[in-house]
Amino acid sequence: MRFAGLLLALLAAADNPGERVVHMVARRFTYLPDVIELQLGIPVIIELTSADRDHGFSVPDLGIRIDVEPGKTARVRVVPDKLGAFDFHCDVFCGSGHEEMAGRIVVSAPAAIGGNSGH
Amino acid sequence: MGSRTRREFLQISGIGGVVFASGLLQACSRLGGRPDPGPAVADDFYFVQLSDTHWGYKGPANPEATVELPRAVELVNALPQAPDFVVFTGDLTHTTDDDQERRRRMAQVREHLARLRVPTLRLMAGEHDASLDRGAAFQEFFGPLRYSFDHKGVHFVVLDNVSDPKGILGDAQIDWLSRDLKPLPKNAPIVVFTHRPLFDLKPDWDWTTADGTRAIDVLHAYPHVTVFYGHIHQEHHHQTDHIAHHAARSLMFPLPAPGSQPKRAPLPWDPAHPGRGLGLRDVDTDPRQPAYQLREIPLAGES
Repeated sequence: MRFAGLLLALLAAADNPGERVVHMVARRFTYLPDVIELQLGIPVIIELTSADRDHGFSVPDLGIRIDVEPGKTARVRVVPDKLGAFDFHCDVFCGSGHEEMAGRIVVSAPAAIGGNSGH
Repeated sequence: MGSRTRREFLQISGIGGVVFASGLLQACSRLGGRPDPGPAVADDFYFVQLSDTHWGYKGPANPEATVELPRAVELVNALPQAPDFVVFTGDLTHTTDDDQERRRRMAQVREHLARLRVPTLRLMAGEHDASLDRGAAFQEFFGPLRYSFDHKGVHFVVLDNVSDPKGILGDAQIDWLSRDLKPLPKNAPIVVFTHRPLFDLKPDWDWTTADGTRAIDVLHAYPHVTVFYGHIHQEHHHQTDHIAHHAARSLMFPLPAPGSQPKRAPLPWDPAHPGRGLGLRDVDTDPRQPAYQLREIPLAGES
């Protein structure tokens, strides 16, 4: 069940007023959450930490790629400019199960995400 | 046979080398035995590519995981002519967090490969062998992670795009590649072995090398370059301009065609057809053209 662990990304106070922060934790061999719902045109800060070792966060279709290292918080600002589902994965080999470490960003029109707009 | 090339030999012997012209067998020793060196066969030669054994894997994708490597060794030893060399394009072992277990698996692979009756064995790492310890154990057992050699007029280059867990070649290696190729004439036949594809085959499945285009840019200046790689566990052919890229099958489990299913999970094991989708490849090489004739050899006798 690919989306069994689906969680809507929690919204948190951002450093920049008006911009949302989506917190993610990378841990062998999962991301939590592993599905992130974003809204077209609305900037989001994706903030990642590692619970164990070096990981990567790569979303090739959105041109996003950052390292996720223990003890550090990795941040990337995303302004979704196209609708659709975009797979992300760990691109730093992290052991047996690395190939399963993946998830999906879903970008919807603003009205499509009820109660999660943050605005 | 002295004036007959191996290409002609294969054309006569038929697909899979099942039927042989009787006169040729005399020069080939007995099937499965060490071939008679015999007279030289013009300037062409062939090598065998093995890949992705993942020795130590335990899982549903291959419940006969200890069978495939010995079977591949038997297949190579049964070839009617011994290849000039066997190259193993990475993931000899399945990864483990346990350094001792990693070394135990590598020792077992080395024992199996020692049974190959071939003059030369060329080994290289996959990310399962080398990424967790940056190639330390692999180098202890099998030697350097990157190197080059010349064989009968062809320049072979082994690149390491796995010992950095980010799956990159790195600046130093790309510089090394440039320096390695520099003395060659522009029209030299060049064969590159890598584990991961150098091009963006399916980046969201990590079937790429992040800085692979830099290596391709270096290679692009040479008109006769061919790349053989592993990692994706299936036969695949691709061109980046004049450079051909050929992926080999695995010896453990097949993976899906790029993008053919949501995840890159192994194809399910089929108990009715054990070993389906697994195999090795021989590459008939004519440095004078240069030209490469690929022959896929299924592990389980499928077509």
